[in-house]
Formats: sequence, structure tokens, C-alpha cells
Amino acid sequence: MTAIPSPGAKKLGLVIDLDTCVGCHACAVNCKEWNTSGHSAPLPDFDAYQAKPQGVWFNRVHSYEAGEGRDSRTVYFPRSCLHCEEPACVTVCPTGASYKRAEDGIVLVNADTCIGCKLCSWACPYGAREFDEDAGVMKKCTLCIDRIYNTNLPEQDRVPACVSTCPAQARHFGDLGDPDSAVSRLVAERGGYGLMPELGYKPVNRYLPPRARAHHATPVETPAEPITNSFLRWIDRALSR
Amino acid sequence: MHPALSVILFTTASGAGYGMLFWLGLLAPLGLLPMEASFGLTASVLGLALITFGLLSSTAHLGHPERAWRAITQWRTSWLSREGVASLITYIPAVLFPLLWLMDGAPDGVAELLGFLTAAMAVVTVICTGMIYASLKPIRQWYHPLVMPFYLLASVFSGGACLAGVAMFWHASPMLAYATVVLAAITLVAKLAYWRSIDRGPVRGPGDAIGLTELGTVRMLDPPNTEDNYLMREMGYRIARKHAARLRVIAVALAFVVPIVLLPFIPPVAAVVALVGLLVERWLFFAEATHTVTLYYGRTA
Amino acid sequence: MTEEVINLSPTVADEVKYTTCYMCACRCGIKVHLKDGRLRYIEGNRNHPVNKGVLCGKGSAGIMQHYSPARLQKPLLRVGERGAGEFKEIEWEEALGLATEWLGNVRATDPKRLAFFTGRDQSQSFTGWWAKQFGTPNFAAHGGFCSVNMAAAGLYSIGGSFWEFGEPDWDNTKYLLMFGVAEDHDSNPIKTGLAKIKARGAKSVSINPVQTGYAALSDEFLAIRPGTDGLFVLALVHELLRTDQIDLDFLVRYTNATALVINNPGGADDALIARDADGKPLAWDRATNAPMDATTPGMQPAIVGEYTLGDGRKARPVFHLLAERYLDGKYAPDAVAERCDIPSSTIRRVAAEIADVAFNQAIELDQPWTDTSGRSHAKMIGRPVALHAMRGISAHSNGFQTCRALHLLQMLLGAVDTPGAWRYKSPYPKPIPPAAAPVGKGYKPNSILPGMALGFPQGPQDLLLEDDGTPIRIDKAFTWDAPMSVHGMMHMVIANAWAGDPYKIDTLFMYMSNMAWNSSMNPGDSMRMLTDKDPASGGYRIPHVIYSDAFFSETVPYADLILPDTTYLERWDCISMLDRPIGGAHGPADAIRQPVLKPDRDVRPFQDVLLDLGVRLKLPGFVKDDGSALYHSYPDYIANHERSPGIGPLGGWRGNGTAMGKGPANPDQLARYVENQCFWQHHLPPEQLYFKHSNAAYLRDAHAMGLVPNTNQIVLQLYCEPLQRFRLAAEGHGAVQPPETHRSRIRTYFDPLPFWYPPSADDVPELAAWPLHAVTQRPSIMYHSWGSQNAWLRQIYDRNHLYMNRRTAAAMGLTDDDTVWVISRTGRVKCQLRLMEGVNPDTVWTWNAIGKRSGAWNLSADAPESRDGFLLNHVISEFRTDDDGAQWSNSDPITGQAAWYDLRVRVEKADAGATEPQFSPLKRPPGMKPPADLLRFNAREHA
Ligand SMILES: Nc1nc2c(c(=O)[nH]1)N[C@H]1C(S)=C(S)[C@@H](COP(=O)(O)OP(=O)(O)OC[C@H]3O[C@@H](n4cnc5c(=O)[nH]c(N)nc54)[C@H](O)[C@@H]3O)O[C@H]1N2
Ligand SMILES: Nc1nc2c(c(=O)[nH]1)N[C@H]1C(S)=C(S)[C@@H](COP(=O)(O)OP(=O)(O)OC[C@H]3O[C@@H](n4cnc5c(=O)[nH]c(N)nc54)[C@H](O)[C@@H]3O)O[C@H]1N2
Ligand code: SF4
Ligand code: SF4
Ligand code: SF4
Ligand code: SF4
Ligand code: SF4
Ligand SMILES: [Mo]
Repeated sequence: MTAIPSPGAKKLGLVIDLDTCVGCHACAVNCKEWNTSGHSAPLPDFDAYQAKPQGVWFNRVHSYEAGEGRDSRTVYFPRSCLHCEEPACVTVCPTGASYKRAEDGIVLVNADTCIGCKLCSWACPYGAREFDEDAGVMKKCTLCIDRIYNTNLPEQDRVPACVSTCPAQARHFGDLGDPDSAVSRLVAERGGYGLMPELGYKPVNRYLPPRARAHHATPVETPAEPITNSFLRWIDRALSR
Repeated sequence: MHPALSVILFTTASGAGYGMLFWLGLLAPLGLLPMEASFGLTASVLGLALITFGLLSSTAHLGHPERAWRAITQWRTSWLSREGVASLITYIPAVLFPLLWLMDGAPDGVAELLGFLTAAMAVVTVICTGMIYASLKPIRQWYHPLVMPFYLLASVFSGGACLAGVAMFWHASPMLAYATVVLAAITLVAKLAYWRSIDRGPVRGPGDAIGLTELGTVRMLDPPNTEDNYLMREMGYRIARKHAARLRVIAVALAFVVPIVLLPFIPPVAAVVALVGLLVERWLFFAEATHTVTLYYGRTA
Repeated sequence: MTEEVINLSPTVADEVKYTTCYMCACRCGIKVHLKDGRLRYIEGNRNHPVNKGVLCGKGSAGIMQHYSPARLQKPLLRVGERGAGEFKEIEWEEALGLATEWLGNVRATDPKRLAFFTGRDQSQSFTGWWAKQFGTPNFAAHGGFCSVNMAAAGLYSIGGSFWEFGEPDWDNTKYLLMFGVAEDHDSNPIKTGLAKIKARGAKSVSINPVQTGYAALSDEFLAIRPGTDGLFVLALVHELLRTDQIDLDFLVRYTNATALVINNPGGADDALIARDADGKPLAWDRATNAPMDATTPGMQPAIVGEYTLGDGRKARPVFHLLAERYLDGKYAPDAVAERCDIPSSTIRRVAAEIADVAFNQAIELDQPWTDTSGRSHAKMIGRPVALHAMRGISAHSNGFQTCRALHLLQMLLGAVDTPGAWRYKSPYPKPIPPAAAPVGKGYKPNSILPGMALGFPQGPQDLLLEDDGTPIRIDKAFTWDAPMSVHGMMHMVIANAWAGDPYKIDTLFMYMSNMAWNSSMNPGDSMRMLTDKDPASGGYRIPHVIYSDAFFSETVPYADLILPDTTYLERWDCISMLDRPIGGAHGPADAIRQPVLKPDRDVRPFQDVLLDLGVRLKLPGFVKDDGSALYHSYPDYIANHERSPGIGPLGGWRGNGTAMGKGPANPDQLARYVENQCFWQHHLPPEQLYFKHSNAAYLRDAHAMGLVPNTNQIVLQLYCEPLQRFRLAAEGHGAVQPPETHRSRIRTYFDPLPFWYPPSADDVPELAAWPLHAVTQRPSIMYHSWGSQNAWLRQIYDRNHLYMNRRTAAAMGLTDDDTVWVISRTGRVKCQLRLMEGVNPDTVWTWNAIGKRSGAWNLSADAPESRDGFLLNHVISEFRTDDDGAQWSNSDPITGQAAWYDLRVRVEKADAGATEPQFSPLKRPPGMKPPADLLRFNAREHA
């Protein structure tokens, strides 16, 4: 049903810390590894060992540079579905294959009813919809729906694959609908923001901006005065071994 | 946006088809068209043929054409679904209208009603088609107040031209042709206004996409994957400014200028030229459209 | 329409097995999920000391590595010309028979005619021991071209080193300086650590010409000019001395700062450390005004001044010489700023920040401990400034001295294994330098080598030279070319063997190293030498080449006999205490790999093959008296082999299962490891966590565990006396002296106090012709050449670009995506340009080992890796010629470390097109199927 369910209290999503993301792609590859045998399996690869290798990924890590010269900085930016509150990718879908779950806000595609018209991928501003050109259906980040509730996994493993694998703890998962949840508090503390809010999709996922570079409480720079009697100051320094 | 031939053919052909049905359904009952049932039949068949051809070619680009029927289920939210529903409903009056016309020799009585209904449904369908594009926020060139009106104008104009072309063989009064000339002019103005407006922007860059404009100019250092993926092949289509400018001139000439000149004299030729011109225009409509996903790949949109 | 029905709790696996990742050398613990006998999912092991549950991108792509279409299938025997890639498949029996025949002859005649060199493997304690039992001195692993500068400088200075042997105190440090690190072997721990210190708001400074990865996270990025770190660091030292902000108590108690250095220019003892009758270093006691054992508790040592010893010789404390040297104006920030491309104000500020953190923000842990002088301390005082450094320092010809400079800085700050500073990873610290000298002399037919080939020379007497001065080793390690090449010089083997210099060899036996491609300098030449024939005999100059690889790498076609290995998920491995275990600052630890899948091909674990060869060759230690196998398999060896009484490959569950480190072999040791998720770990008690070099309790327990040979304090060496011993030889003293050609070079470089000299490539007259430095970086997502056969990883990079500073390019009229020539003295490569801001203006760089040879790794011949990717190696030469035409190895003159990053180039516009050089496409070996083009991997409903 492409009508968006009346917003439930629960808004599961990711919080991604651009301050510690080192652009290692672990989240992207681990996502692929989990999901190629997961709910939306498989995630095909075309020309896998040939001239134009490319396939379906639910998470892709971009590298950017911001600013000029000595104070330019390199920023890494993982991009996946933001599980928007007003997802046009859902409303434009003519078949109902694209839908947003009422219970937790996760946006999914039903591969059995998708006709592969691709309109949802046009409607997603963030490039989060991935077309399986082999199966002819649309796929996307499932927020690891087959992990986060999976009673076959130990409690602590019931988080998205990309979150548990991130070596830099730059990815957090939780309920952004609950203002007291750890993720919500993190967003509040660090000034987390949503992408292109002006488009009105109301992304649930949040990004934490890179922190202002920790400039050490700099002691007054010591003047370069010439060295006088340097040795004398050590000559009768009382030291004991 | 990648200009997929199937979609371009679909929108142009069905646009013209609905345009024809619109005029036929509206003017015939009012007696402003040849009264011969043979004319009604020919015009309807041609119109329906254009529509059907368009619909079929549009299903061609589906991943699962055999599931196409599902597309009519979500009319509550989806313009694509609405278009599907509207186009199917349109068939009913559009088929019965010429049949009744044929039976009782003239498009009056019930036929008259069916005619008006056809005209109305044609407009509704074309509005739906236009709205599919006009409602897509990620594409600023489409999420634009002139897009849907233009679809409608282009449809009635090209449809008018086609109908005038057919009507000529029944020695119809040139009135329709003249009306179409006026429409061509309006449609052209709309298009020129549209181009002027999209050329002005507003344009976003990567910094806007990742929300870090305050860090200074943001440039892409490396893409996430070396080769183009589906997203970039589908939405990353690029056309050189010079190339686009040239095509705009061709589109204007073929879709509007030439038809305006020819319509009063040889409407059929004018119609064909107009359709060719509109194909070019429609190709540009896609090729010039930039999607916000390309921002993440270092482009502007 | 209703929502789809979703199974929220699908069964993930029918079986879960723990083992150790081997997508790189970081040795993370993994949890492998199997479904219907196929790999379903590999994730990090939360309980594992190394990665604590996280898994990097490479580790996450293990599935694609394991199912790689480039896996070798069966032993191969060359049938065509070498290099042509014509092979036939043979049975293991035949393969091992052949190898035994070749190796048997060598051993019976002249064992050193076997050169056995290994690469990325983690079984060096085993391969090294095999070489010793075989009797050849020609063994080494890849360390010589990797980072021996770090290892050597560290082990000769502080008894531990950066690299895998130490780590910053991530939980406490307040100021981190990272020199030249892109990924390092601690890939995951460093990422996790950086996140930790950022969360604490501690400052991190990255000294690196390129701002990517770790450097991108740092609070301050200093885009230094390659090869000048030594200058930068010594300028910091200058500032700290000038402002008298150093930890003198630490220096006098834990370093040789007080040791008296004999001042006797021209004498045979000049600049050696004055010692008492039993060889103990002397210091001057201000209380008694007399020299005494420098380690005497409570003495009041002088740190400056000149003193007269009992025998009338004059001597000055190490600190005196040090202060004198670094206070000199030539180390002042203003003097070095331009050369380093770092403003002098920045250098002074960084020095001031370091001093402020070290001395005004010292950490005091309420943790009593007792030092080796018996003095008990109520607190552990830490100088929370941590340094970490890697190949940006070591891959230069001045890397050893530069790395020594880094350690000097740590010592002056009192920031060695103290809270918040750099810390030893177990089993370090070790005595300085570690006891064993290299062994090469005394090789004989059919007999074992008297000791392990690699070791730590104390002076000229330990060099591996025949009596006539010719090198004993084929790579000329431990000769006057590179006296302290403690990891060997693998990068010289092929060239020397080809030239028959110092002698001809019979068999080159290589394991896990892509020597015909990315691990060679000048791979084109390596290929030529491997295929070159001796006009006289008509045979190959290198008669036999045996190689063990698991995949179809560029090197495979250059061997005569291929011994196909398993993947890391199909075998037992041992990350051993005797080699590079997974121990950390918190205590000793080691690990194993267990097979989680059975090979579906006719391949065998190389270690089993090596054992088998040992038995067939009847090597002592491999066979019982009756000639039958002593160990029936590698796991049997792991559990039951004892290197010395009570010391075996693994430290956990020895003896009856309770002994740690030292104890009798335990037959079911491996079972215990498997129970414990394939690793063993011992947590040091809190009083042993810091000051390990001088921590009485730690040294006592470490000795009991066999980690250190005795309980003596490990006195940190500001002054490196062994260097002076070599230098004295160069000045004409002693029995073993360098040839004339080498004297000045030894005199110059073997300075017992760190100093900076320009990298060899910068030390040439016509430098203007080579305006740019060229370096490479590790991509986090690829492990050298292995990554490109991986269907997932290659999508992230299937080619590499040359990155250049945007302004530099503009000045040269170059723009993004231009095709360019990178031209060095010895060659040129064609590649594509990419511009960026965050790179030193005089430096260009590219990702390492992305470029592949066409056809290799079972990739299609038109794969971008070969068509658009490139190797910088083609413009790096293993030799360099100095002003007077003499040819030297392109390495550090002290350790022989390959100087990859000394490279100077110029860049010129080229016509667009494929990268160059291009080599003829490699033929797919027999038995290897063409790869699929569409992959739909799904372990649930599998095809
Ligand atoms: N993902 C991944 N991890 C790996 C490997 C891999 O292939 N892939 N390889 C493993 C191996 S074998 C090794 S040896 C280690 C090496 O670990 P690293 O030392 O991290 O490897 P490099 O990529 O050589 O890093 C060299 C860094 O030094 C910088 N640099 C170059 N010259 C200078 C200089 O003069 N001064 C300074 N300050 N910086 C300089 C370069 O820009 C680069 O960032 O990594 C190991 N880990
Ligand atoms: N330009 C440039 N060149 C460099 C460097 C650089 O920084 N710049 N770095 C240098 C350094 S530090 C290093 S360590 C070298 C690394 O270079 P190499 O030691 O050549 O490392 P790899 O490329 O990983 O090659 C290892 C070989 O082992 C094979 N292999 C993989 N897994 C297995 C296995 O399980 N069993 C067996 N038997 N074989 C296996 C692979 O197929 C490959 O052929 O590169 C060096 N080359
Ligand atoms: S795994 Fe973490 S650090 Fe690595 S790219 Fe993803 S978010 Fe960034
Ligand atoms: S990110 Fe895109 S795909 Fe995901 S919910 Fe929002 S619009 Fe839909
Ligand atoms: S592609 Fe599938 S999910 Fe997307 S809009 Fe079309 S039918 Fe809906
Ligand atoms: S939540 Fe799951 S599906 Fe989504 S990006 Fe992370 S790993 Fe991939
Ligand atoms: S760093 Fe990555 S590849 Fe290396 S061992 Fe750890 S998980 Fe495996
Ligand atoms: Mo290395």
C-alpha cells in the first residue's frame, strides 16, 4: 500500500558520524555480504570479473574534499536509504510494491509485486534505490530487517550489519522517534542533520557533522630567542637514579 | 535523465492520440467536424492506435511487463497508477463513440455524451501523464509549474494537427487547422518560457547534497565505485550545452514553426513534422533534466 | 493490497565457526556462518582482542576471496618456456617428488644454493626453522622491503617498535602524532582508536604528504615534504631542549642518557660507552665524584660535562652529546621549515603543545609499582603524548635514522610505555638489541645451520661474510652494503641470483609473494631476469623456481613448479608467539586459524607441504630416527613442537592446560584454542601494564613465560653503540673492516645519535629535472595484489589514478583526467591524473598494487586493472648509482630497507589511451575455468 501509514511513534534509522568516518567502505561491503543472502537476496554483480564491474549495493561510500589549500579537509560520506517520513519513492509506486512499514517506518520493496517501472528511483532524491537489472525488480536498504528483530541472533547482534562492522564507531542505529533514545540524544548533542530537508522528504537518518578541528588550547608560542648557557642549566641539576 | 526511447515514443504518441480524441469528442458533437461516420471511425482508430502503441511501448521498459496490471491499484497516491486507470477508462467511451456514430450516422444523442466523455477523459489522462513528471521533486527541470500544462498543450496541439490532417481528406473547414495554429503558438511560448526558467536554476552542488556547504566548496574526490552503476546510467545522463542549444532550435522549428506555416495548407504534413519535432522536444525534456542523485557524484543539478 | 509477509527471524546459519581473518595481516578474529555448506556471512568476533567485533571492508569480502575464480586448482608443472604460462597439471606425489629431488641435490652439495623467501605469510617461525634445518642461510621474509627500518630502529632503541609491535595508549593519550601511516597492520584497531581519542576530544596531528584516511580524521594535518620527517622531529627536539621541557628523571632512570661516552678521537674506543670490568656501562656519580655502574640505584648521575675516567680517558655523558647536537642552529625550526614545507611557527607551536601536554597535563594513575632498581612508586606518571609511525618513515633511505629520531623524541618526553603514551605490545619489550646474532657461517652439506639465519648484529664481528669478505647470503644482507639488514633483503634476491653475484643459486623457492609484479621494484626487470638464460649452459640463470601461491598471480607463470595453497578458510595456521602474535599492551596473546571449509580442489596447505618436504628430505627435527614423520600434520606440529624446552609455537594452555607461555607441549592444545574461539589471551595485572622496560613485576612474570631471557632492566638506548662499532671499523679499527668503497658511507650513516640526511634520490645534482616526489598509499579496501580478484572489492577501485595538487597541476597546464607520463631516472609509466587539494604541492601519489597484468587473477584481458590501472613500481629501480658511478641497492644504508618512497619524478602530458607499460596477456592455467560475468551469490537458495 503506497499510502504512507499515519506516522507511527517508532522511527528506526541510522545516525552516521562524519567526524570519525574514515571512508573504509567496511559498512558498504559488509552490507553487501549480509544482504546478498538476506531479505532482498541476491545483490547481483555484473561483469564481475570483466571490463565494467558493477552491481547492486545498498550502501555506497563517497569521498569529498571541502575547502582550499592548507585548510581543505577530506570528508567521507556513506550513502544509503534514509527511511524518509514522506517518501515519494513510496507514493509514486503504481503497484504498492514500495511501502513504508507502519510499525517502525522502514521503507521496503516487495519483490513479488514490483513491476520494475523504476519510477521510485526517479522519485528518490538520495539515490537509495537500486535496480536489480537481472531480476527486473527494485531493491534497497532494508535496514537489515532480517537482523534487527532476528531472534536467532544474540541480542547484541540485532543491529544492521553496517553498524556492527564499522571500525570507527561512526554508525549508530536506533529509534529516532523516541527523543530519549541514545541516537536521538547523540543527534541533539552533535547537531545531527537530515539531507536536503528543503525537498520535504523528512529523512529519518541523521548525519553528524565533522567537529571543528580540536585546536589544542595553544600555549603562547615560545619565542625563538637564542640559546644562552644551555649547558649550565643542567650542570648541577640534582638527579637521582 | 536517461532519454529512454520507449518513454519518449509513449508520451509523444499517446499525447497526440489523446489530443485527437479530445478534439474529435468535443467538436464532432458540436457539428464542427465532417459528419461522415467514415471520418469519425478513421480519426478514432488513428487516435486509439497512437494511444495503444504508446501504452505498449511504455510497458516495454518494465522489468516485469506481465505484472503490468498491478499498476492500476494505487490510484489513490500514484500519478502513474492514475494515468493507467484513466487511460483504460478512456477506452470505453473512445471505442463506443465512433461505433454509435457509425450506427446512427451522426454523433448525437448518446454518442454526443460519449464524445464529451471521451474528450474529458483524454484531458484527465494527459494531466496524469504530465503530473508523473511534474511531481518529481528531485528533478528541478520537471518539478516545475509549466510541465503539466505543457504536456496538455502539446497534446491538444499535436492531436489537433493530426485531426486536422485527417479532416482535410473529408474537406473539413480549415477552422480546426487555424485553431491549431493558435495552439502551436501558445505551446511554443510555454516551451520558451519553460526553457528560460530552467536555464536560470536554482542549481545545487555536492555541498548541498551532503549538507556541508559551510566547510567551503565541496568537490568529489573519489566516487564510491569506479564504474557507473544503475543510478548514474539512469539519472546521470549528460548533454553538452552546445548540443542542447542546437536541438532546441531543431525542436522549435519542427514542432512549431514549420507546422504553423504548413497547417493552413497541408495539415497532414504539418502534423507529421510536428510529431517529429515533439519527439526531439521530448528527448530534450529528459536529456536536460538533472537529478539530485548526481550531486553525490560531484555534479550540479 | 496488504504488506508482504516478512520472515523477521530467518535462520542465519546451520553452523558457526570461529577462526582468524586473513584478508590482511591484522589478524582479526572472525565468526563464520555456514549455510548448506556454503559461506553465508563472516563477521567480526566481539570477544577477540584485536578487532573486538568489527570487520573491515576486506574482511567483509572474504566470501568473494574464498570463491575466487582465480584459485589455483592442482599442482602445476611448467611445460613451455618460463613466463609463457604453459603448464600441465600434475599429481601431488609427482610435484613433491620433483621438489625433493631438486632440493635434495642442493642440500647434499651446497645448501646455500637454495634461496627460500616468503612474503605475506604469518608462519615465519616455521618457515625460518625449516630453512635452518635444511641448512641454508638464504632465508628471509618480506620485511626487508616492508618496514625493517621501523623494526630495527625500534629494537635497537627502545626494545620494541611501531609497526605491529606497539600501539598508542588509545584510552589515555591526549596528543597523538601520526607519521606516515595510511593503513598499517593494525587496520581495525587504529580506526577504533582514532574514534576513541576523537570522542575524548584529544588532539591528533597527522604528518603526511597526503590527507586521506587517518590523516583526514586528524585535527591538524601537516603536508610534509617526503623524506624530511627526521628534520621536523629533530627540530621539535631542538625546541624541547631549548626550552628545557624534557623528562630528566625518566632519562636518568630508564635510558642510557647518563652513560659515559669515551672521547678519544682516532682511538679504537672512541665514542664507545665506557664500561667497568664486567662490561657494565659507567656513569659519573656527582655524590662520590667518581664513575660507577650506570644502573646503580640511587646514584646521582651527571648528565653534562666532561669527566676523566680512572684510566685517564676522557668521557662525556650521552645527554651531553645529545644536547650539544640538537641545540645546534641547524636543527632550529627556521632552519628546517622550508625543506620540510612546514612553517617554522607551526613547528614551534607543535613543540609547545607537546611540552604542554607532556608536562602540564601529565596523567597520574593511582597504581603503585616497583621499578628494577627496587624503588617503589605510588603512582604511574604518564606523559600523554603518543607517537605512531610507519612506512612514510621507513620506506626512505634515511628511514632508520629518522625512526631513531622519533624514538629519541619519545624518550626525551618520558613517553615510552607510560600512561597516555606509546606502549609495547606483548611479547615486547625485548633486550636491546635482541640477543641472537644472525647465523650464516658454518653451513655444510646435509647439515643444519647452527642457528636462525636472521638476527641482530652487535657489530662487524656479526656480519655474514666469508673470510675473503664475500657475502654469505644471496641477498647480501648483513654485509657492508647493509650491515643491520635484520629482516634480510628479499628485494635483492632475484637480481643477485640472476647476476650470480655473490654466487649462482640452484633453486629459488618462494611463498606468498608476488615477486614478478607489485612486490618487486622494476617488475619488468624481474620478469626478464626470471626468464633469462645463461648462454654458456643454455639453461635458465636461475635454474629452478618453486612457488606456492593460492591464486593465479602474476608470479605463477614465472615458476617451474607450482604448489597450490588453500584459502585462509581451509587450513590450520598459527599466529605464533615465536613470530608476530596478536599480543597487545594489555598482555600476551596468540591465535590460530582452523579450517572451516574443505577444499573443493586438489590443493594443500603450504605448511603441510613444507612438513612433508622436510620428511622426504629427512631433515633433522622432521623425522624420527626410523625416518618416519615426527609430525603427521601442521596442527600436530603446532601443538607438539618445542623450539626450546617448554617453548612452542603457541603460548596458551601448555602442559596440563594451565601453563602460560612456557610449559610442556599439550596434545590437545588446539582443541582448547578452538573452544576459546581460536585465540589465547592473558591479561597483565594492573601494576604490570606500564613501564614494562623497567617494571620489576612485569619482567619477572614475562621471564617466567619465556618472553624475555632474563629479568634485567631494559635500558632504553638514546645512544646506539652498535652503530659506533661499525663506524670504528670504517675508521680502520678491528678485525672486520669495510672495503674502501664502503668506508665513507659507513662513517657517515652509522651515527650513534639520530641525524637527518637527504634521501638518496634527493641527494643528486640535477634534482631540478625531477621536481616531484612520488609515493603510494595502501587503499583500505585492497590488500596489495589480492583484492582485484574479489568481485566486490574491485568494484570500489578497478583502476588507480595519479593524484596531484590542484595548484601544481594548474601551473603545469594539466587538468583532471589528463593522461600523463610519470618519468623517473629509470623509466616511465603512463596513467591518468586526478587533482586534489589535500596533498603536498611537490608530491604525487597513487594507490598501491591496483594495477594488474592483463590476464592475471583470471580477470578478462580487458579488465580496467590492466587497461587503466598502473603500478608505480615500473619507475622504481632496485639499484641507484651514486655520483662516482658506483651502484648501490636502492635501500637504507644501515638496514637495507627498500627505499620505495625516495622516488623522484617529473610529469608530462601524454596522448590519451591505455596505461603503459602493457605486458602480453597471461594465459589461464590448465584446469582454471573462465570466470562468470553475472554473479548472483545467495547462500540461502543457491544455484
Ligand atoms: N588495507 C591494507 N592494509 C594494509 C596493507 C594493504 O595492502 N592494504 N598492507 C600491509 C603492509 S604489508 C604494510 S607494510 C603496512 C604499511 O602500512 P602503511 O605504512 O600505512 O602503508 P603505506 O600505504 O605505505 O603508508 C605510507 C604513508 O606514508 C605517507 N608518506 C609517504 N612518504 C612520507 C614521508 O616521507 N613522510 C611522511 N610523514 N609520510 C609519508 C603516505 O602518504 C602514506 O600515507 O600496511 C599493511 N596493511
Ligand atoms: N610501489 C610500491 N610497491 C610496494 C609497496 C609500496 O608501498 N609501494 N609495498 C611493499 C610492501 S611493504 C610489501 S609487504 C609488498 C607486498 O607485496 P606481496 O608480498 O607481493 O603481497 P601480495 O601482493 O599480497 O602478494 C602475496 C601473494 O600471496 C598470494 N596469496 C594470497 N593468499 C595466499 C595464501 O593463502 N597462500 C599462498 N600460498 N599464497 C597466497 C597472493 O595471491 C599473492 O600472489 O609490496 C611491496 N611493494
Ligand atoms: S565503516 Fe564506518 S568508517 Fe568505514 S566507511 Fe563506513 S561509516 Fe565510515
Ligand atoms: S531515501 Fe529514497 S528510497 Fe529511502 S525512503 Fe527516502 S526517498 Fe525512499
Ligand atoms: S519499480 Fe517497483 S517499487 Fe519502484 S515504483 Fe515501480 S513498481 Fe514500485
Ligand atoms: S542497514 Fe543494512 S541494508 Fe541498510 S545499509 Fe546498513 S547494512 Fe545495508
Ligand atoms: S583488518 Fe580487515 S582484512 Fe585485516 S584481518 Fe582485520 S578484518 Fe581481516
Ligand atoms: Mo609490508
